[in-house]
Amino acid sequence: MTTRTARVLIAKPGLDGHDRGAKVIARALRDAGMEVIYTGLRQTPDMIAEAALQEDVDVVGLSILSGAHLTLVPRVREAMDARDLKDMPMLVGGIIPDEDKPALEKMGVTGVFGPGTSTDEIRDFILKIVAEKRSG
Amino acid sequence: MTDWAKSLLEGSRRALSRILTFIENNEASAPALMAALYPHTGKAWVVGITGAPGTGKSSLVNVLIKAYRAQGRTVGVIAVDPSSPFSGGAILGDRVRMEEHSGDPGVFIRSMAARGNLGGLSRATRDAIRVFDAAGFDMILVETVGAGQNEVDIVRAAQTIIVVEAPGMGDDVQAIKAGILEIADILVVNKADRPGAAQTVRGLKAMLELGHPSSKESLISHHGRLTEVPVLPATNTHEAIWLPPVIQTASLEQKGIAELITQIEAHRTFLTDNGKTAAIQDRAIELELYERLQASLLQRMIRATPPAQVLDLVRRVRQREIDPQSAVETLLTQNDGQP
Repeated sequence: MTTRTARVLIAKPGLDGHDRGAKVIARALRDAGMEVIYTGLRQTPDMIAEAALQEDVDVVGLSILSGAHLTLVPRVREAMDARDLKDMPMLVGGIIPDEDKPALEKMGVTGVFGPGTSTDEIRDFILKIVAEKRSG
Repeated sequence: MTDWAKSLLEGSRRALSRILTFIENNEASAPALMAALYPHTGKAWVVGITGAPGTGKSSLVNVLIKAYRAQGRTVGVIAVDPSSPFSGGAILGDRVRMEEHSGDPGVFIRSMAARGNLGGLSRATRDAIRVFDAAGFDMILVETVGAGQNEVDIVRAAQTIIVVEAPGMGDDVQAIKAGILEIADILVVNKADRPGAAQTVRGLKAMLELGHPSSKESLISHHGRLTEVPVLPATNTHEAIWLPPVIQTASLEQKGIAELITQIEAHRTFLTDNGKTAAIQDRAIELELYERLQASLLQRMIRATPPAQVLDLVRRVRQREIDPQSAVETLLTQNDGQP
């Protein structure tokens, strides 16, 4: 009997030390029945990509509150692509100004979630991506 | 041979990761993959690490990885965390303690959620161990929270079992003595830099002495199975019986780690040199075959049984028309379970 459960990596790249948001998301996704691999603070792009590779997750979620998203995101994407993870979707949440959304999407980010996003919205978004991936 | 299996044997980490997912999800491709990989297994040494939450298992695994890497050995890690009984979800956080090995190609860490399906975790863990083995890892560390039978079944797939305790949990010796303690090949008192470590060590040693083989006749319990040991001449007694050592460690200071590594090697040598490995393997394989048979028969029965019939029986049991065992007999006689 096949049992598929959505697996999500929640990581915090860069140097900001505020992980409450990441933990709230991790908890909400767990309560939605997902398996959340939580990697902790201050991860380098290579550490995140390596964890994504080893854990074979469906989605990588980055929490960035430092304002460095336009610098960090392409580096994580690059590190993931270098590991043959081009198809693995990436989401970004945190303090992300609306005007940066198009740039992030261009960098290969599937979903951007700024301040005020509800956990339900993120959950539904991930469930949709995973469902599409599984059917495709 | 399937493409994924071929890539794995060629050293692809992506293939290793994908195959672990197929195994864990029990996908249709899994049996063929395992059949292809099985001939390439049997070279790694598997160490199970279990103990109560918060005893420092992940940190201990982290320093063990470091020590094995310093010896030039490659390490695969399977870290099992519980699933929520309510949502089925899980937060897998063991990697946090092991992040320093992130860039090392000789280390591969995989988190697994217990998921709680009927005997499925034990199967998935055994298969995952073999996937790491086929990928060529020298040491495979399986870490799991020691709470119940499920976890005992997981670590039983290991060749050397380490049970981790911490000071201040001394009163729990009573609670664990009937379960997890007797499967230990090595007992570790971690966080030994904290007060109370000596008492914990004394408590564990006292427990072990209670089970110490007498001169007349002895029973050893290896991996949870009681096996009668023939009465041996006094001179041979020490060679034939493994008495679990109690080691104090402090992961953060790397204290006691060299001794732990030495004892793991000693246990490996003990099993290999005394010709016990074949007998132990046979018992483990027998157990595994029965476990898989049980799961397969159950699946076959479930497939062959119309859900409506089950619902009808459920209603009749609830209304006291029929007892549960008779309901099962009805299912067994009416559905022969042929695919």
